[in-house]
Amino acid sequence: MLNNGSLTRYAPSVIGWIVLVSLPEWINVVAYTDLGSRVVILGLAAMALNFLLGHTGVLSFGHAAYFGLGAYGAGLTLRYLAPSTGLAILVGTGVGMMAAMLIGPLIIRLRGVYFAMVTIAFGQIFYFIAFRWSTLTGGDDGLTNWSRQPINLGFATIDLKSPVAFYYLVLFVFAVATAIMAKLLNSPFGRSLLAIRENERRALFLGIPVNLRIWLSWTVSCGFASVAGAMYALLNNFVDPRTLHWSQSGAFVIMAVLGGMRSFWGPLIGAAIYVVLQDYLSSRTSNWMSLVGLVFVLVVLFFPRGVLGMLGRRTQA
Amino acid sequence: MTQLILFNLFNGLIVGAFYALMALGLSLIMNLTGVINFAHGGFLAIGGYLAYTLIPYLGFWGALAVAPVMTAFLGLVVERFLIRRVYGHDPLYSLLLTFGLAFIIEDGTRYIWGAQAVPYEVPSSLTTPLSSEYFFLTGYRLFMVALAAISVSGLFALLKWTRLGMRIRAGTLDLETVSVLGVNTAILRNLNFGLGIYLAGLAGVLAAGQLGVEPTIGSSLIMPSFVSIIVGGLGSLPGTLFGGLLIGVASALTSVFYPSATEAVMYVIMAAVLLVRPRGLFGQEGRF
Amino acid sequence: MTRNAKTPGFVGIDRRSLLKVAAAAGVVQVASPFVRTARAADTVKIGLDNPLTGTYAALGKNELIGAQLAVEEINAKGGILGRQVELLVEDSTSGDAGAAVQKATKLIERDQVNFLVGNINSALAQAMAQVAAQHGVLHVIPGGHTDAITGENCHWNVFRVCNTTAMETSAVAGSLIKAYGKKFYYLTPDYAFGHTLQSTMEKSAAALGGSKLGADLTPLGTTDYSGYLIKAQAANPDVIIFFQAGNDAVNALKQAVQFGLHKKFHLAGAQQELEVLLGLPPEARVGTWVFEWYWNQPGVAGVAEFVDKIRRKSGGHVPTARTWFGYASAWTCALAAEGAKSLDPVKMAKVLQGFALPPEIALMPNGAAFRAGQNQLIPDLFVGNAAEKGEKDPEDLFRVTEVVKGANVAGTLEETGCKMTWPT
Repeated sequence: MLNNGSLTRYAPSVIGWIVLVSLPEWINVVAYTDLGSRVVILGLAAMALNFLLGHTGVLSFGHAAYFGLGAYGAGLTLRYLAPSTGLAILVGTGVGMMAAMLIGPLIIRLRGVYFAMVTIAFGQIFYFIAFRWSTLTGGDDGLTNWSRQPINLGFATIDLKSPVAFYYLVLFVFAVATAIMAKLLNSPFGRSLLAIRENERRALFLGIPVNLRIWLSWTVSCGFASVAGAMYALLNNFVDPRTLHWSQSGAFVIMAVLGGMRSFWGPLIGAAIYVVLQDYLSSRTSNWMSLVGLVFVLVVLFFPRGVLGMLGRRTQA
Repeated sequence: MTQLILFNLFNGLIVGAFYALMALGLSLIMNLTGVINFAHGGFLAIGGYLAYTLIPYLGFWGALAVAPVMTAFLGLVVERFLIRRVYGHDPLYSLLLTFGLAFIIEDGTRYIWGAQAVPYEVPSSLTTPLSSEYFFLTGYRLFMVALAAISVSGLFALLKWTRLGMRIRAGTLDLETVSVLGVNTAILRNLNFGLGIYLAGLAGVLAAGQLGVEPTIGSSLIMPSFVSIIVGGLGSLPGTLFGGLLIGVASALTSVFYPSATEAVMYVIMAAVLLVRPRGLFGQEGRF
Repeated sequence: MTRNAKTPGFVGIDRRSLLKVAAAAGVVQVASPFVRTARAADTVKIGLDNPLTGTYAALGKNELIGAQLAVEEINAKGGILGRQVELLVEDSTSGDAGAAVQKATKLIERDQVNFLVGNINSALAQAMAQVAAQHGVLHVIPGGHTDAITGENCHWNVFRVCNTTAMETSAVAGSLIKAYGKKFYYLTPDYAFGHTLQSTMEKSAAALGGSKLGADLTPLGTTDYSGYLIKAQAANPDVIIFFQAGNDAVNALKQAVQFGLHKKFHLAGAQQELEVLLGLPPEARVGTWVFEWYWNQPGVAGVAEFVDKIRRKSGGHVPTARTWFGYASAWTCALAAEGAKSLDPVKMAKVLQGFALPPEIALMPNGAAFRAGQNQLIPDLFVGNAAEKGEKDPEDLFRVTEVVKGANVAGTLEETGCKMTWPT
């Protein structure tokens, strides 16, 4: 993500990766490994959303649909097709990304709130299908009777039963996904997205095919959301229609805004705050919603660019 | 069959009028300040609960008059201390703020009134069906429609003929110019927000007669309201009204043919409308 | 916990030195959970992962109160195997399966609970059962009704206290046909719970000569039932059957009564809850229903004492079926351990096969026992009518007309579809 910055520019990323890689060593002091997996997975989903929101300037309120398609793709693969975790991730990602690619041309000429609402509309239609098609998906009761399987690398087999092993799989997928995202954002393609975000009309005059770029950005963004969804299904060994619901999309938007949508890593921080705060507070008081709500309000009042946005320099220019 | 369809058509208009009432409040706020108020359902719940609390003291009619005003007052306070801070920022911060408020309101109502739905009584004069054939025309439902109609025409009259209304309309088009012309925009936006929340409170008092009064009562009503606004087109209050009636009728008719899709149908309509008219049915070019 | 994955190789530093850097950077925060682990050694832990927020919050609260009372009683009697019992409570939320799974994992992995209890939402209950099965932890489901839990998805370690939907409909079908007529119109919530309620009710009714005039599926969370009610009225049935639960039931009944449908037809359904009746205005407390437990059972030993104890804990409110579910679930954990003289899940699950709850826990005329090979509690079911107002107590809103023995309505083990496999 960082080309030729000074040590101070490197430091936050290095520390961030150290924290993530060493997580299973220290998390048991404060929490448990699966919480780390959940943060990283939802963080990836929020970062995927932010590829479109923060870096292209287009708000989607329907990303849960692709997150959920990824989850169902993975779950259905393991349930009906083959006991292969790798295949499950690929199918999940493929299904979600394909759906986004097909829907994209229909909706890319919409802007602002209209775009957000049309993404909700398509998302809710997927939700309805998953809910109704209960012979395939299990409907509201969810898709059960499957679980993540050991990964066979040829020379070694990784048993994913252990939360730590699964965490490292999640982290590996996360690292690959974010590396690709960062690479894309730093490419001419990524620059053109920023140009669209800053001033769509000017970008158009500069000869950037705006709608095509938004379509690509949308597809990439939804693709990474499906990756996250597939991992989420594997984390829970369960999928239900709620994964596709607009309220889940809302949670991703909240995470991105909370952490700072103009920074590359902001949504991950947002996801960490959202997930850890809820997990911690709801074990202690049934009034946790007030406290979480209060944190949202305070962030808006005191960190008007999100938590990372306020820590100064953008990691992404 | 024809009769069934006809009944449901009328019935859909009744339901739609109610959606419109809630959506108009949201729409007012969104048009003038760009704030997407996700706490609207929370304010609706507060309206219902306040009415429930006041009925033993003021009776139903007293509560109907007072509860929305109290809700609106709460709205004024919330705007003054919180919502105001996000004007001029990306609308997404208003989303985060109102999401937080919605959490606090849901938890607060649960803390005060309990998670258990409360038994909310409406006067028996309103609940009796008016005829056995047109039995779906109960006093209460006609009363809801009447009240919604009065509120909507009152709102349109207010916007058209009063000084405040003209300023709100002008501000919706160009707040900066209105400000330069010497209008105190802080007060304008405050009153506008209060007006929107008044409608939420009123919708809450009415909804409480039909639905279980519990902390999440507003959560299933918020999406139909947003859909009404978008189908009608942002910035157009008549559009919002039309959008509300349209989805009310559509879901009532769907209940005749494919009942399990009564909720999904509004999303299908929204997608279809936006694909044909990217700014909704009555939205103007170049805004939002 | 076994580690069989290495740190991925894309960071070329070994893990030890990474740790030191992390510690130096002040990332590692030492917080309160240490205290919890210190206590852990000498207590037996029951983890309750149930909704405390959202639509099922009221039901969750009551199950919690019941479980708390049970734990107090267990401790007063010397705990489980001589060790004090600790109830760890987590909010699963009402609909987020991810959160419920997360909390179940937290309870099992970090808090090392001996028992997992929950959930009211069937989907969340099934998701939790996957976690429990994977870890081999004894799991008691107090109030998630979908048949699959003790049917095709049954597990050796998963026990259910509340009834299956099939039991509830079979219990009420006879009374309805006898008293109100044979033509039914169904309003069914559109998810597994509703679907199975309707299909089993149709089956039970057909066996008694009943017929179906029509049925509508209403989406979960429907706010306006008038469209469906118009259709039901047009069909002119003897009985309109409502299968809605919780807040959907409040909405549907409130509106049906406003339309005056209760004056023209009989309104009825299967499962009904005191929580729902309490949330309805008096005139809408109508119809014939099944209660899974009821607090006003004159002459049944122990019930009055139980009601008193709950009143003291709940600010004067009577226990509902939910309170009893929570109570019976926590007691089931204790009794299993006492019976097995061990906290080994397999041994405890074996003890519970065919296990009858003692009368002071079962709190119903004919008692309740877990059916062997299915892990489903077979209790009494209370068929009766909702009442506008309580006679002696404002919360006495149900008049029991018939107590149905669960064994008579539970069908055969084969019919449930449960094929249980035990760990070897």
